[in-house]
Amino acid sequence: MMSKRKENCRVISQEEISPGIYSLWLQTEQIAAGARPGQFVSLYCRGESRLLPRPISLCEIEKEQGRLRLVYRVAGEGTREFSRLSKGDALEVIGPLGNGFPLEECRQKKIVLLGGGIGIPPMLEVAKRLDGDVTMVAGYRADLFLQEDFAACAKLVIATEDGSAGVQGNVLDALREKELSADMLLACGPTPMLRAVKEYAAKEDIPCWISMEERMACGIGACLGCVCRSREVDAHSQVHNKRVCKDGPVFLSTEVELP
Amino acid sequence: MNTKVVVAGVELKNPVMTASGTFGSGQEYSEFVDLNALGAVVTKGVAREPWPGNPTPRLAETYGGMLNAIGLQNPGMEVFCKRDLPMLKKYDTKVVVNVCGKTTEDYCAVVERLGEEPVDLLEINISCPNVKEGGIAFGQDPGAAEAITRELKKRARQPLILKLSPNVTDIAEIAKAVEAGGADALSLINTLTGMKIDIQRRTFALANQTGGLSGPAIKPVAVRMVYQAARAVKLPIIGMGGITRWEDAVEFLLAGATAIAVGTGNFRNPCATVEIVEGIRRYMEENRIGDIRELIGAVR
Repeated sequence: MMSKRKENCRVISQEEISPGIYSLWLQTEQIAAGARPGQFVSLYCRGESRLLPRPISLCEIEKEQGRLRLVYRVAGEGTREFSRLSKGDALEVIGPLGNGFPLEECRQKKIVLLGGGIGIPPMLEVAKRLDGDVTMVAGYRADLFLQEDFAACAKLVIATEDGSAGVQGNVLDALREKELSADMLLACGPTPMLRAVKEYAAKEDIPCWISMEERMACGIGACLGCVCRSREVDAHSQVHNKRVCKDGPVFLSTEVELP
Repeated sequence: MNTKVVVAGVELKNPVMTASGTFGSGQEYSEFVDLNALGAVVTKGVAREPWPGNPTPRLAETYGGMLNAIGLQNPGMEVFCKRDLPMLKKYDTKVVVNVCGKTTEDYCAVVERLGEEPVDLLEINISCPNVKEGGIAFGQDPGAAEAITRELKKRARQPLILKLSPNVTDIAEIAKAVEAGGADALSLINTLTGMKIDIQRRTFALANQTGGLSGPAIKPVAVRMVYQAARAVKLPIIGMGGITRWEDAVEFLLAGATAIAVGTGNFRNPCATVEIVEGIRRYMEENRIGDIRELIGAVR
């Protein structure tokens, strides 16, 4: 495994691809070369008023060129600062962080990817890497993004809460309406969605991997700020707390509790 | 040029340490920094048994700082001694183990267990604001602080550093109390108790409601308290609170700290500790300071 690094990266390009959703391409020295789908990087703000790095999932990885694509939503002052970056600007980045999706377990299988809201972007690199029968179910509030990118590498099913495109409802509504079957589910999205996906997977007896989110500080497993409840005793502290940043963010759905 | 300092009879190659709870046992950060370059590694608090810590969210960012309410999650002393200590002993740095507990007996048990281990110094956490029992209850009352120091001193094989809370009216009074109890050194400051409210969700940002404030925002409070404690007692002081760069470290030395610790600064920059070691060296060179001890307490 490639080691984590802190690098001063350059912005290649940035555009707002949907209201409040930005697509940022970064030139890295080595971070991209070691990165896997489902991992994330953390971006530092300028100055020290916003102290902590912001964890953002990897949307696309171009290993050879050393490029990373991040697609993120402006959620506060930190991401607002990033949204103002343009070509040539410098940005401090730490990564690659976390474990990533277990693509080796997905080979030659029928895979359904489920992405909700800003949980959609990390599924793109997954979809590009998988070689089996892959369907992406993308759940939006209303405005679509990345739909063309997904359509180019997987079967795409769209769900919108307001019914303005695709199936009206959430990703599970779309999964049921399209009667999609799967050997394995991979999901990323808000906790209520992940909870529903976990229940669905248990009922249908389908192995399911979910990518979780939690407030982070160090991003590398030292501070124990971002733990989630785990079924098994964790290796680090011998309690029932897995670290989202290091043991995750991707967990087998049966491995974690989503209260 | 001499950058060595002595804390409670233990010689550190330079005054830069890590602040407990921010650096684990050093394993994770060893991917970013050469632990051999540090004066000492201070571990996360170690208790008698594994502690699960608090519910999440445990973290919230604030202007120039952050709140945490981890609640001292740790694997307990047996796992720590078997797994983490052998890893740390591979490095040429001093090992300081932070000790936490709920009762005096808990603290005693950990201190006695660590007496059998290759540990250079013990740092006693009587200042954690995020656990209901123990911790800060010992650190806010001079009588209780002196009593637990005395009890631990009877049992300890290693020198004792008492880590003090800033959540007190008079830091000098607590410093004198633990000195009277037999402390060999002081660490200060731990975090300041704070609160953040999420106005959109109309609830507390932290599950624990309150948390410990750290980061650059608290540095002036920390410098003031280190200065006051240094004037009040003869003990060496490890200064911490908002150190992110070498300039901050020098400020603490000038205020009277013999060594300094980097905590939240590691989150800002995982290489902060080693960059601070380098920065102090450059500052000494540029100012023709031959011995770092010339800086300690130089501002009076």
